[in-house]
Amino acid sequence: MNLQKFRNIAGNYIFIIPAFLLFFTFSLYPFFKVFQLSVTDWDGISPYMNYVGLENFKDLFMDNTVFWFSMKNAFFVTFLALVVQNFLALFLAILCDREIKGGNVYRVIFYLPPVLSGIVVGLIWNWIYDGNYGLLNHFLTFIGLGDFARSWLSDPKSALIAVSVIHMWKGFGWGFVILLAGLQSIPRDLYEAARVDGASSWIVFKKITAPLMIPVFILVSILTILGTMQLFDIIIATTGGGPGYHTEVPMTRMLASMIGNSKFGYASAMGVVFGLILLIISMIQIRVSKMMRQV
Amino acid sequence: MRLSYKNFIILFSVLLIVTGCSGGDKKESNTITVWHWMSDREDAFQELAKRYQAETGTPVKFELFAPSESYSQRVKVSAQTSTLPDIYGVLGEKRDFASFIRSGYVADLTPELSKEDSAWKKSFFEKALLINEFLPENEYKVTPGIYGVPLDVMTIQMVYNKNLYKKAGLNPASPPRSWNEFVEHCGKLKDAGIPCFVSGFGEIWLIDAFASNYAMNIMGEKKVFDTYRGTVPYTDPDWVQVLGLFKQMADQKILVDGAVTMVNKTSEQTFANERAAYSFNGSWCVNVYKGMNPGLEYSAMLPPAFTNARSMKVWGGSGSSLVVNSQSPRRDAAIAFLKWMTAEPQQTFLAEQTENLPAVKGSLGKISPILSEFADDVDSTTHPNIYPVHENPSVTEAFDKGIQSILIGEKTPEEVATEVQRLKEKELKKSK
Repeated sequence: MNLQKFRNIAGNYIFIIPAFLLFFTFSLYPFFKVFQLSVTDWDGISPYMNYVGLENFKDLFMDNTVFWFSMKNAFFVTFLALVVQNFLALFLAILCDREIKGGNVYRVIFYLPPVLSGIVVGLIWNWIYDGNYGLLNHFLTFIGLGDFARSWLSDPKSALIAVSVIHMWKGFGWGFVILLAGLQSIPRDLYEAARVDGASSWIVFKKITAPLMIPVFILVSILTILGTMQLFDIIIATTGGGPGYHTEVPMTRMLASMIGNSKFGYASAMGVVFGLILLIISMIQIRVSKMMRQV
Repeated sequence: MRLSYKNFIILFSVLLIVTGCSGGDKKESNTITVWHWMSDREDAFQELAKRYQAETGTPVKFELFAPSESYSQRVKVSAQTSTLPDIYGVLGEKRDFASFIRSGYVADLTPELSKEDSAWKKSFFEKALLINEFLPENEYKVTPGIYGVPLDVMTIQMVYNKNLYKKAGLNPASPPRSWNEFVEHCGKLKDAGIPCFVSGFGEIWLIDAFASNYAMNIMGEKKVFDTYRGTVPYTDPDWVQVLGLFKQMADQKILVDGAVTMVNKTSEQTFANERAAYSFNGSWCVNVYKGMNPGLEYSAMLPPAFTNARSMKVWGGSGSSLVVNSQSPRRDAAIAFLKWMTAEPQQTFLAEQTENLPAVKGSLGKISPILSEFADDVDSTTHPNIYPVHENPSVTEAFDKGIQSILIGEKTPEEVATEVQRLKEKELKKSK
């Protein structure tokens, strides 16, 4: 290889070194480190760690019912978010896609909750849900539904749903923005042609909007699943995982293991299993969406 | 100007070297750095740092990292990268403290405390030092010694609102002395439309503290420790009795609605706003209530005993402790500063400024009356960190979460006891 050629190749690599270093340090290294820690009994403090093989994974799969219960809770919230949150986001996006007065104001309002901190949102909703002085109970009493008043976050029947509502309120703005962008990318002449042919609004939605929006629906649902399964801040600011284990999610279990029990190795094993589950869900979803597109 | 290829390489390499070798925030070589998490004490600490520099010429830099969870993480990460400051505090349980010591991050202060006929050691409340002490043949295999010094002491007990007591027709000078009396007073308070008891039971350590008080009262320390060792089951009638107290609280609606998922800060607001007559909280609440409602009329009391067979024990002893980094090049200067910080004038200043109980006996005469009430109960304190044996954290969590389930009426004391015992047996099997 002559010097000129070497210079050209080396020159190209030098330009990507800073980006690669950042990527390696903050993405690749932690990613592989989690795998390494997951087979140790590291306590997060000691410079030494013992290799325990697959012991952490064995315990997680065979003995840790609370972790799987928390996974069930996360799936429940995710299901609600996929259906209710995204339906609301789509409904509002369709409304804002029309020429309505003050459309930009609505867009800003709908996009506000996602930019707020989860902790702040949690604290605000704590006040709304409060059993004694909460806004929701006051409202229910005012409209004559005082029998439904309760301490929403402490009642095992309502705690998880109450937390899900907060999450959906905070999260629908993301879906709204992405879905609105998708709707606005659909050529208007398609709608005009359908109208000329006498198509109703439902037929227009079914035959034009929905098929053309499939890639956007997929994107939004993947983001919803990944975002909701990793729900954490709202739980910490409202219930702390209680009452009992009723609002525990995988992230709170990992934190409990890591900080509460000083079991970093075990928490890393939880992280690996949880990551794999998310990966499998995403892969299934992409496969299903490909099939849907073909249909 | 056109940058040639050769010049670019040179410039890039120089930049890489310069940025890579920069020392970050270089500290003066004799500056003592102290990391802490106590946001309420920041101003007082800065003032003390100024005074120390004026007296000795040694600069001290207090660095605040709050909240405590973030602080705790920072300390752990810094330990891994050998960037711990000269003085810091270890938050968490005794096993975390032990791990720091075993890893060589904490200096043994025993020789310094023992100098001059143990003058420094003797200045502290005995209970305040216990939490920082590792006894011979301790379960963590730490070399026996004292590894930290307290800045204050605390007790976790009960407070009651005198105004609300009067409103309910109760005598504010006569708080309940027994559990039955407590339940009876709660009935009268409820009849007067006053919610009875609030605590941040969403933070399970508070449930643990409360339950532990009654476990010690009902069955005594030995039986509690035997349970931790695995020789007494949680299904023992005494443990079911402890859990039964929570069932009684649930049945008689003694707890304020929502307390089972309430964080302590909200519980403090509830009590300070006179929305509950009793609260279970630490002595730090004096400063908190002062900020929230300076006119609040309240008094401290021990949790009312279930049985008179044994005296009531509450969690307490050392509040915030600081340790010296054993790898610090300013180790001796750091120890000298800690000696100065825990001397009477500085402790009095801290107690006055922050309404916390001082760690040294000499400063006790200068505290507020309400704080004195907490100080009176320091002798009744104990703490898991000074227990000779410790429960497995998973079992403790299951026990505390089980209590939450009892409080929401989901499980019975017997069911919780059985579940906890099942987990205990599993953990015992694993540890063998």
